[in-house]
Amino acid sequence: MYDERSIWEAENILNKLRLKIVRLSMLKQEGHIGSSFSILHILYHVYSNVIESTKSVALDKFVLSKGHASLGLYAVLNHFSQISDAELESFCDFNSGLGGHPHSGKHGSLVASTGSLGHGLPISVGLALGKLINREGGRIYCLIGDGEANEGAVWEAALLASEHNLSNLTCIMDMNGSGERAIKMGNVKEKFVSFGFECTVVDGHNLNEIAEAFGVCEYLHKPKFILANTIKGKGVSRMENNPEWHHKFPTQREYDEICLEINQL
Amino acid sequence: MRKQFVSTTVDIFEKDPSTVLLLGDIGVHGFKRLIDGCPERAMNIGILEQATISVAAGLSMSGLLPFVHTIAPFLVERALEQIKVDFGYQKLRGNLISVGASYDYAALGCTHHCPSDIAILQTIPNVQILVPGSSEELDFQLRNNYNNDHLTYYRLSEAQNNISFTVQDNLATIVKRGSRGVIMVVGPFLSRVLSAAADMDVTIIYYNQITPFDGDTLFQLLDHSSKLVAVMPFYESTLTHSIHKAIKGKASLLGTIGVPLEFSENYGSVEEHDAKFGLDEHGIRLRLQSMFSLR
Repeated sequence: MYDERSIWEAENILNKLRLKIVRLSMLKQEGHIGSSFSILHILYHVYSNVIESTKSVALDKFVLSKGHASLGLYAVLNHFSQISDAELESFCDFNSGLGGHPHSGKHGSLVASTGSLGHGLPISVGLALGKLINREGGRIYCLIGDGEANEGAVWEAALLASEHNLSNLTCIMDMNGSGERAIKMGNVKEKFVSFGFECTVVDGHNLNEIAEAFGVCEYLHKPKFILANTIKGKGVSRMENNPEWHHKFPTQREYDEICLEINQL
Repeated sequence: MRKQFVSTTVDIFEKDPSTVLLLGDIGVHGFKRLIDGCPERAMNIGILEQATISVAAGLSMSGLLPFVHTIAPFLVERALEQIKVDFGYQKLRGNLISVGASYDYAALGCTHHCPSDIAILQTIPNVQILVPGSSEELDFQLRNNYNNDHLTYYRLSEAQNNISFTVQDNLATIVKRGSRGVIMVVGPFLSRVLSAAADMDVTIIYYNQITPFDGDTLFQLLDHSSKLVAVMPFYESTLTHSIHKAIKGKASLLGTIGVPLEFSENYGSVEEHDAKFGLDEHGIRLRLQSMFSLR
């Protein structure tokens, strides 16, 4: 769990990551900032306390199924030294290993090539099933979006996870409201409960709630679902819950204003 | 060919613990012994083809060798993006084995037909495409390719040839030599082409692997006066690009004989569909005579 000081340190780190993300998006005129910001607390916890703190480090895998939030993943992996500064600065360049969506063939820290929504969770089911067949320890973590949950393959995968009792699988949903403009998903927790998952609802920007939900995963006998209520664009006032910033890139002036806002926090 | 698929796969599974079988609620009875004896690695995964392909990709990423088996349109067309992104883009290895071919389920209608499978899969780089012409060829191809470094597609069909060619690397085979032209024939159509062209002075070259396409054997066979006809058990336009790329303008491609680009809204039998499309022995003979101006 996080004490007051570690939360303060984490929030400072996340603000620095937000600045990196906004700067890269401005420079490269690419990236999905809103979705990257909504998952930053979750990614920070996963890479600081979940995957790295496990004894069998190499056996845990994290799949970012909502691949458009790649810039958030790259920034966090850069903070934890899995992606170099030079690699991060090359974001979306012609020969970069880090594109607008993650590609497993381009960088060793990226588990799956995602971008087309609805692929990451069934791939994660295959990875979790593979662990059972290979009699390996470790867990598979997969982060999906609420809009992504429109895809039938998500529910096909949920059915399979339950059928095969994949207690080594954790699915996290970034409930940032992206899906609301199309199909309202209703009570997602109830849906995953009915599919046989152990479900927890957390504030996706509260590190202690996130930590508590992840902490119980390894003691379960069924697949785990964490519904993380988040704010799209979290941390920058003009972006919060503003769909305009789903795939918009800041101008120099907007970047300067955002820097000012974040640095004043 | 389906019985051979079961017996060869069971044999491979008993010897190689890295293999995993995912059945799309098809062939379950045939694999009952395997499913009962090894439920961890052999399962009826259900009727959810998109997730099944992605799950197979996850298994492949875990170092396992997935075999996915169901009816061709559901395997190839419904789950195409999963095949393209999860296997093709990520360069994963695995095995897709379809049944039904172009219209083996003739009476069930177009939802169960798939004359497009080879044309579609050709658009995904690095997928090996095999069209065995007999059970013996299927056995050979499965044993020699299931653990290679890429995704391999095996197209099972009810039609079979009465001769088999098991050639290393699945290269093309020159079955007969003649001087009036060259017939290139694919998979289970070989026997009917051999019969249809029995009295024709033509060379016949046989393919049971579509990609990688053995263009060299075809190119070496041709000279600048050669006339070529291609006969295939799927959409008639499927191999045009591969042939043109292989022959490099050296010969004339007179035409292709295969399934026309249309929905067949008839039912009945495979034989009735073959007759309708001019793909039975009689129909093929008439078209070969016409193309080679032999009448």
